[in-house]
Amino acid sequence: MLLEKLSNLDGASGDEAEVRNFIKGKVKNYVTNIEVDPFGNLICFKKGRKKSPIIIIDAHMDEVGFMITGKRQDGTLTFSKVGGINTSVVIAKTLRIGRKKIRGVVGIKPVHLLEKEERKKVPTLKELYIDVGAKSDKELKDIEIGDFAYFDTDFERLSNNVIKGKAFDDRVGCSLLIDIARKEFNFPLYTVFSTQEEIGLRGARVIGNRINADYAIILEGTGAGDFPSRKENARVPFLGKGPTLTVMDRSMIADRELLEIIINIAKREKISYQLKQPGIGGTDAGRIQVSQRGVKCSVIAVPARYIHSPVSLMNTKDYRDTFKLVMAVLRHLGRGR
Amino acid sequence: MKNLIRKLTEVFGPSGLEDEIRRVIKREITGYVSSVKKDPLGNLIAHIKGKGKRIMLAAHMDEIGVVTSFIDKNGFIRFSNVGGFFPIHSLTARILFENGVVGVIGEERRKSMTDPIEMRKLYIDIGAKNRKEAEKLVPVGTFGSYQREFKDLGKRVVAKALDDRIGCAVLVEVIKKLKVKPKFDTYIVFTVQEEVGLKGATTSAFGVDPELAIAVDVTRTGDTPEASKMAVKLGGGAAIKVKDRGIVCSPAIVKKLKNVALKHKIPYQLEILERGTTDATSIQLTKGGVPSGAVSIPSRYIHSSSEMVDINDVEACIKLILKFLKTDFT
Repeated sequence: MLLEKLSNLDGASGDEAEVRNFIKGKVKNYVTNIEVDPFGNLICFKKGRKKSPIIIIDAHMDEVGFMITGKRQDGTLTFSKVGGINTSVVIAKTLRIGRKKIRGVVGIKPVHLLEKEERKKVPTLKELYIDVGAKSDKELKDIEIGDFAYFDTDFERLSNNVIKGKAFDDRVGCSLLIDIARKEFNFPLYTVFSTQEEIGLRGARVIGNRINADYAIILEGTGAGDFPSRKENARVPFLGKGPTLTVMDRSMIADRELLEIIINIAKREKISYQLKQPGIGGTDAGRIQVSQRGVKCSVIAVPARYIHSPVSLMNTKDYRDTFKLVMAVLRHLGRGR
Repeated sequence: MKNLIRKLTEVFGPSGLEDEIRRVIKREITGYVSSVKKDPLGNLIAHIKGKGKRIMLAAHMDEIGVVTSFIDKNGFIRFSNVGGFFPIHSLTARILFENGVVGVIGEERRKSMTDPIEMRKLYIDIGAKNRKEAEKLVPVGTFGSYQREFKDLGKRVVAKALDDRIGCAVLVEVIKKLKVKPKFDTYIVFTVQEEVGLKGATTSAFGVDPELAIAVDVTRTGDTPEASKMAVKLGGGAAIKVKDRGIVCSPAIVKKLKNVALKHKIPYQLEILERGTTDATSIQLTKGGVPSGAVSIPSRYIHSSSEMVDINDVEACIKLILKFLKTDFT
């Protein structure tokens, strides 16, 4: 499974080269043209027999991560977040830093040494530091301020269907998109791997300027809500219940007509689907939708539990069903009206 | 005029679901314009040919609303906001859904009356006995908006969605009353999805590629008891926007609007809005940039089911825009 390799690669917003090079190698023999735009987006074009409709499928390459902000004389490192991460998932984790992937840990006092008050609260990021085992800053020659750091998580299979890894948001979209780029279509298809989604949909801003598309489908890894403690009304989407469709999120209202087409195809193909809780999150669709004269957009996502942490879980059946649905939707749109 | 306002405000149309209001407006203006078309996002773009600069006038068709997000086993429906839907205005209000079903907004027990009213504690009751019954009528992902009839209070009118159907009414009247060729190559755009981030204005402006633009939308007033300080009054005339949260208006357009108002004795007031913005904000940043401004209709109780405007202000806005279109602009 390509997702295994993609999940193990490191690529925070602005540091997507490793992921981009991997993807390039996987798709270059299957597309008509491949280019990296000035913003780092990887834009692959597949010419079709027909001239229309022009369709974009987009997934973002970047993940949330960290950046080294300073070296201290005692050999520890200060750092900040790149993208949205809850500080409590950072504590006591192993991180890998920079291109040399130097290991370090986010240290925390053992419980014995914590004051009574300290036990009750989560430290702020400013109080945290990375410890690479150096005695002083002189031993930090291979680390530079501005280096990115990542959760040191290895992909693994937890059960027959459930896999664990980091960065499923949105390497699962990248993996689907590679699978799709290797198929043949009779219309012009742009498979776009975008940058800097996690820090404000930045790569997607320029994609729509370059490509004048009729439709855009955004592939995502979206946060599942099926935790045991949640109130019943906040638990959608569930792992294992199929591709997740967006009616409305913080970045856009999905095109109604396109959404209905997708739902009808899912019903016809007997693929179980779920609707994401409206009003939460945002995706590249929010930018692509308002580019040029406007683009009809929809988001199709694979639910993943615990995203933006080192331990996301995903169901491989959801992956297969999402692939099946996206392919059926593309074939349908390709037929035209 | 009042009939047109009644007709436009009573139509259903939260952001993203502007089909019906677009049909109604299209019917109103067909025959008065050189051409009219719909763009990919659903904006209605009317063109009145003229020789001068290309101008874009914009009013948004969408209104605030809700979208259903979850149905519990007893048939109560949870929802999310579409645009600036204020919980405090919504208690026990009626919601009309896209398929005609009506529900009432209820609230979980509040521990103390001084606790805030929170969106996540509200639900919609459509009178269903259980989940199955509710799901059949209003599945998750169904859009709704306030249901409220128009009311004529004499000089003033009350209705839902005056934000921004009153702007639409102003531009429909401008189209109907223009008669002579304008001094501009005029595009009048009824935009979509303003309430969720000025989306329709962004894409329609890209298509129209205007040389200047004026948005027509409501603005708040400072004339109600203990209102926050603002110099705009209901009945004080057309509001010429100087600045709001999103835009500093083109000084040339502000000046021109002022001069036109003075010359034709049209009552006007200058608007500085501390909160909120309008389509002009995104039009301004289109392509190489577009000098932009706005003419606002003063309105009380914006984003509630009972917004209020003064008919004299509405007439002043129509006249101001008509005269503006007939004045040379260099």
